[in-house]
Amino acid sequence: MATDAQTAIVGEIRRSRLLTLPALIVLFLAASGPLLVVLLYSFLTAGDYGGVKWAFSTEGWQSVFLERDIFDDTVSVADAHLSIFWRSLRLSLMTTLLSLALGFPTAYFIATQPEKTRNLWLFLITIPFWTNLLIRTFAIMEVIRNRGIVNTALMKLGAIAEPIQMLYTDFAIMLGMTYVYLPLMVLPIYASMEKLDFRLVEAGYDLYATRWRVLRRIILPIVKPGIIAGSILVFVPSLGAYVTPRVLGGGKNLMLGNLIELQFGQGRNWPLGSALAITLLVIVMIALLFYVRAAQKGGEHG
Amino acid sequence: MADRPFAIKRQPGFATIALICFVMLYAPIITLVVYSFNAGSSIAIWEGFSLRWYAAAWENELVQDAAIRSLVVAVCASLFATTLATMAALGTTRTRPYRGLTATYAMINQPLMVPEIVTAVALLIVFAVFKQTTGYDGLGLLILAHTAFCIPFAYLPIRARLEGMNLSLETAAADLYATPWMTFRRVTLPLMWPGILAGAMLAFVISLDDVVITEFVKSAGQETLPTYMLGQLRRVITPEINAISTALLAISILMVTIFFFLNRKKM
Amino acid sequence: MDNDEKTAIDVDGVSKIFGSGPDAVHALDDVSVAIRENEFFTLLGPSGCGKTTLLRLIAGFDHPTAGHIRLHGENIAHLPPYKRPVNTVFQNYALFPHMTVAQNIGFGLEMLGKPKREVAASVDEMLSLVQMRDLANRQTSQISGGQQQRVALARALAPHPKVLLLDEPLSALDLKLRKEMQIELKRLQSETGITFIFVTHDQEEALTMSNRIAVMSAGKILQIGTPREVYDHPAERFVADFIGETNFLTATLQDVEGSTATVTLPSGKPARASLPSGTHPDAGRQVSIVIRPEHVTLALPSHETSLTGRLEDIVYFGTDTHYRLRLADDTLFIARMQNRRDGEAAFDPGAEVGIVLADGAVQVLRD
Repeated sequence: MATDAQTAIVGEIRRSRLLTLPALIVLFLAASGPLLVVLLYSFLTAGDYGGVKWAFSTEGWQSVFLERDIFDDTVSVADAHLSIFWRSLRLSLMTTLLSLALGFPTAYFIATQPEKTRNLWLFLITIPFWTNLLIRTFAIMEVIRNRGIVNTALMKLGAIAEPIQMLYTDFAIMLGMTYVYLPLMVLPIYASMEKLDFRLVEAGYDLYATRWRVLRRIILPIVKPGIIAGSILVFVPSLGAYVTPRVLGGGKNLMLGNLIELQFGQGRNWPLGSALAITLLVIVMIALLFYVRAAQKGGEHG
Repeated sequence: MADRPFAIKRQPGFATIALICFVMLYAPIITLVVYSFNAGSSIAIWEGFSLRWYAAAWENELVQDAAIRSLVVAVCASLFATTLATMAALGTTRTRPYRGLTATYAMINQPLMVPEIVTAVALLIVFAVFKQTTGYDGLGLLILAHTAFCIPFAYLPIRARLEGMNLSLETAAADLYATPWMTFRRVTLPLMWPGILAGAMLAFVISLDDVVITEFVKSAGQETLPTYMLGQLRRVITPEINAISTALLAISILMVTIFFFLNRKKM
Repeated sequence: MDNDEKTAIDVDGVSKIFGSGPDAVHALDDVSVAIRENEFFTLLGPSGCGKTTLLRLIAGFDHPTAGHIRLHGENIAHLPPYKRPVNTVFQNYALFPHMTVAQNIGFGLEMLGKPKREVAASVDEMLSLVQMRDLANRQTSQISGGQQQRVALARALAPHPKVLLLDEPLSALDLKLRKEMQIELKRLQSETGITFIFVTHDQEEALTMSNRIAVMSAGKILQIGTPREVYDHPAERFVADFIGETNFLTATLQDVEGSTATVTLPSGKPARASLPSGTHPDAGRQVSIVIRPEHVTLALPSHETSLTGRLEDIVYFGTDTHYRLRLADDTLFIARMQNRRDGEAAFDPGAEVGIVLADGAVQVLRD
């Protein structure tokens, strides 16, 4: 009898594994496997015209933070790389903060709507998220470019004589990323806000709390996991952004993603590009670990 | 103000910010759509209604070529990804936990977590080697890459559907003399069908919209609509780009709307 | 057990252990029971007692860790559920949401490969049997809970199973509907002649519907018997406590004669008592006895009253009244008497009252 039960379980598990296998093979070929190759490439020597030579080298990793002077071979800190790291970090953080400032009240607004209209609002937040990122970036570009609709309108009104240079600035990149990733902030905050029992808010008012104190002492602590989740969900893709800085930064204001691309294009330094890619990946994974922890905490509240 | 009854849920200023948010989300897109119908060649000065830029895009051979390629890749990738994801969803939900299940989840969701640029350069490296050694540089590579990153998008709604499905329905079918295969065909599959459709829609949209990975993986001359548009941004911009964008937007919004309603359909 | 009655399901030394090592749960522990043909048999017990596990083993959804299950003498342990001529009515009904009422009912016959015409005729017959003809083409989400219950029944009965398993099928219904369905189930059982195995935690449901009841606790069957046997002559403390209200007292055995004995009550007075079947305890032993509250009457203390106590509390219940008494040894004793129009001698709280035992009121427990 015991064997009957055991064979049934073994058979069930074998069937499950077989069903999952084809997907895993494709993912290994075109997702996980190539990442291992990137790791390998980061320890090889750069080829003269792109590609690599099959010789071990830590040059790629060293070049992430250090640069060798072409003339006297002295080694110094790679200012160019560091400033790009710093810009990526700064812009991602500012994007996250701006998204939070806009996203939190929006999530609150949606969560306090009557149930019937709530789904519609949510749908309106979701739609832009699923539409083409390039098109949305492009839409922002059209609005803020020198001969775009904002500058044209302002000049027609006589408010300014010359167009304001907004495109190809850090401001443009931040605005673009906020625009593109805002739904990622609103959705998780909304998810924890929806679970918020408004009788708790009523209890707060009943015990003499003001609106501000109810917000700070009751609502904020309860939806905190949602805020953390949303912040990381905005921060992570911002850090790895490629299209938005390329289109709105105009090739000058690089972020990490563009720096990586550069090594595989004009830079012809595949090992350095690989090392930079791994670095980005590690930072993102650390941020995601925090996300998982926040999400688990959120689950406990629910 | 003093006469207004106290509203428990109100927080001052929040509704205004929410309104700004919605305007900010939609104003650029609406502007983009509106100027695709501009008679003039500016994307800021309105010169009257016209469909000339749609006609221009329609007749542009490069656009035609890219559009067909985009559709071929998206249809193939979403079909493959949905099939694989459906099998994987069955293999990860209708089972007791087994060793490696967590690793399986991690692997399926990996494309959602790794920055696109990292996957893009990784594929660039691997495919460059592959192209060099085999000489093959056809569309198959692009479809493989798209299939891989579409799998989690197809997988998640299918799995959600399966998890919401009562296991006792399958038990009941077995009790009523349905063999495992008949149980799958008559009970499991019809009930998970909305999830499969939803997954396919998402996969299609994600593949159709992809820029970064396609840009790095494509062989010479393999432009899709998004990479074609990215290339055009360096030139003088005419509302032709707006027209192409509007067409793509229409497809995405249609798909996502269908997805939304499929997902809302109750068990 | 009667030998001339044929056994439908024979559960023989069945154990079921979930998990392994220190986390292992013994859901069933060496359970044996023979369920007869054409019987309405109830598995009664609190949640977690193993009754649903036993049902799932009979249906084939789980495999026993040890022991055998036979259907009409044939071992069915190796048969998957879709090859067992046994059907289940699920607790949440498990109606297929993408099929109509008629399609649900016809599903089993269709899977058995019956011709379309035969399936249609059978569905029709089942629809009238459960009085659902008008709703044949409705979606299952469009009918009420009571109607879903009928569809679930019809679906399980349609393939004419040898045994019908019912897993707390009435628990989701409100009280009035539940009473209706209890009568309905009895009717269906006698009309179809199919053996019903019914799982419930509701003692009243078990008492009113069953031919026989098995009372279960912690993976074991404690007592099997007719409703009257189980209620009037509980063999174990758990059975007496789980089914109905009861008074537990300690007494000393005096003379043992066959299945009865004389016991000395805490008051020192003697009383006739029934012994649990198959036991022959020695005289002089301390035993636990139970007395049902409705098997006593109250009177002024006299030589005819077996026990006396002080009346603490009187609670009026409409059809009857409950009297809470404190006996001399400080135990609580509850007496329940029917209210009559002519008005009985009323007692006041605080008064000393005597308790008169009806014949056969005292049952000795197997400790």
